[in-house]
Amino acid sequence: MSAGPIVSIAGVAKRFGTVVAVDGVDLDIQRGELFALLGGSGCGKTTLLRMIAGFETPDTGHVLIDGQDMTGVPPHRRPVNMMFQSYALFPHMDVAANVGYGLRREGLPASEIARRVGEALDQVRLGDHGKRRPAQLSGGQRQRVALARALIKRPKLLLLDEPLAALDRKLREGTRFELVRLQEQLGLTFVMVTHDQEEAMSMAGRLAVMNEGRIAQVGTPHEVYEHPRSRFVADFIGIANILPVDGGRAWLALRPEKIALFAARPSTDHAEQGCIVEIAYEGDRSLYRVALTDGSTLLVSTANIARHPREPWPRGQQVWLGWAADAGQRLEE
Amino acid sequence: MRLVIALPYLWLATFFLLPFALVLAIAFGVNNPDAVPPVDLGVSLKNFRLLFTDDLYLAAWLGSLRIAAASTVLCLLLGYPMAYAIARARPGLRPLLLMAVILPFWTSFLIRVYAWMGLLASNGILNQFLRATGLVDNPGTILGTEWAVHLGIVYAYLPFMVLPVYAALEKLDTSLLEAAADLGASPLVAFLTVTLPQSLPGILAGCLLVFIPAVGEFVIPDLLGGTGTLMIGKVLWDEFFLNSDWPLASAVAICLLVLLVGPIALFQRQQAKNLERQ
Repeated sequence: MSAGPIVSIAGVAKRFGTVVAVDGVDLDIQRGELFALLGGSGCGKTTLLRMIAGFETPDTGHVLIDGQDMTGVPPHRRPVNMMFQSYALFPHMDVAANVGYGLRREGLPASEIARRVGEALDQVRLGDHGKRRPAQLSGGQRQRVALARALIKRPKLLLLDEPLAALDRKLREGTRFELVRLQEQLGLTFVMVTHDQEEAMSMAGRLAVMNEGRIAQVGTPHEVYEHPRSRFVADFIGIANILPVDGGRAWLALRPEKIALFAARPSTDHAEQGCIVEIAYEGDRSLYRVALTDGSTLLVSTANIARHPREPWPRGQQVWLGWAADAGQRLEE
Repeated sequence: MRLVIALPYLWLATFFLLPFALVLAIAFGVNNPDAVPPVDLGVSLKNFRLLFTDDLYLAAWLGSLRIAAASTVLCLLLGYPMAYAIARARPGLRPLLLMAVILPFWTSFLIRVYAWMGLLASNGILNQFLRATGLVDNPGTILGTEWAVHLGIVYAYLPFMVLPVYAALEKLDTSLLEAAADLGASPLVAFLTVTLPQSLPGILAGCLLVFIPAVGEFVIPDLLGGTGTLMIGKVLWDEFFLNSDWPLASAVAICLLVLLVGPIALFQRQQAKNLERQ
């Protein structure tokens, strides 16, 4: 085992007809990390994942897995396994046969396959469901069968295509933590594709934000959120006020929660006066849209710490906004 | 509303059950060439006894089953790759290819079988071609042999194999094949463990749609086969039209029906099981 990155993508591009899906991507994914490819639909994240799995061939560039060039290596000879968005469980096989499929391809003895299938099913809490058909399972159970099937060969790298998209919201939150726990326990590298920034931020150790076939920024969730490099990233991850600075020659991204509301002119580095025009109450926090005297508007977010705040901010209220000198991030592009 | 539901039953009763009851009654009668129709009704088992004791009928039964089974296997071997190719073709091309499979139905079945006679005769188009090109100097005649019967049945019933197999393959989710490849299955293994089992209902439907009518086939063995080709459909025809033995012909028809109910029931059960699974 070499010490370099587990996946190394160099100058990879892919087009379908006239549509450019991936447009020159360079990316290294380190051993043992949970890496997320994040972006809207059509940004090329799924194509990139499918090129790692071997289902698509790059037009140019190379994909290296564990230092080995994967050019010309078909999917069934790659040391990776994938969990499909639709799960792709074999409907004519029961759960145990689905999970054991990969081991049967290796020609292992039946007793060892049975033992490892049993372990894998226990790991995803489906120990007594081996004889069921996929059609007899709930969505959450199917997702766990797909996970067990993809993990049973102990791949160097597990690819997850929108692993939580088909689950309902409550189940999704619990499953997030379960996936992270499993990844840490097994010490594997996970690469997941998601369009859900909350999912990527809460699960991934590092993530790549993709846009129009290119990688807009790579970093930890904290880096990407607090130090967005471009207007696209600042806008895509969370909410950002984009303000002109230096007389309109550069832009500053200012997160709504970095701005505070005051009744009187505060002593912060920056202070602006404005009028509340809209309030979105979200329970744990409220989002205010404040019109400034120069005609522009700023979004301000405050945590609702007290159940009965002494100073509620009603609509139409004249307020002062204040933020520190280092509250915003200067954008490079 | 009730009438609409009753109509198909009425149709079945008038045009299937009633004639079937007539055939059943005649099968238990005795042949009488002087009567009109040439039968004395009764409860005689003479016709059935003859069917199970006379070697001619036994040979005809076995001949029918053997030819139908072999033709079904040939149809499957030829039809499966065709259906597979159509299902894997560009979506825009598929209707055209399917149309090509169905196109022969636009011409009368009888005329198409006669066309084969013209092709396979001793100085037919095939042999003329073989002689003219010098490939074979003294070609034998295919017409009048069992080969011609197989050829005719495979030609005539191929669409009944292609269409149900295509329907099964077209439904196949391609991500299942990707999942198989991802788990280490080569394309051949993925075909054997995923595509083939998933298309099994289509294969079964196609085999029965070819086998059942092929067993009772009369036109093809009569026109393309020789005197050596013994099939039960031809025996039935001969008893009825040449010997005017209506009771014996009816007994053959009843036996044929009973024989084919088995595979049809099997097919129905499989279909019901598939529905249940989905």
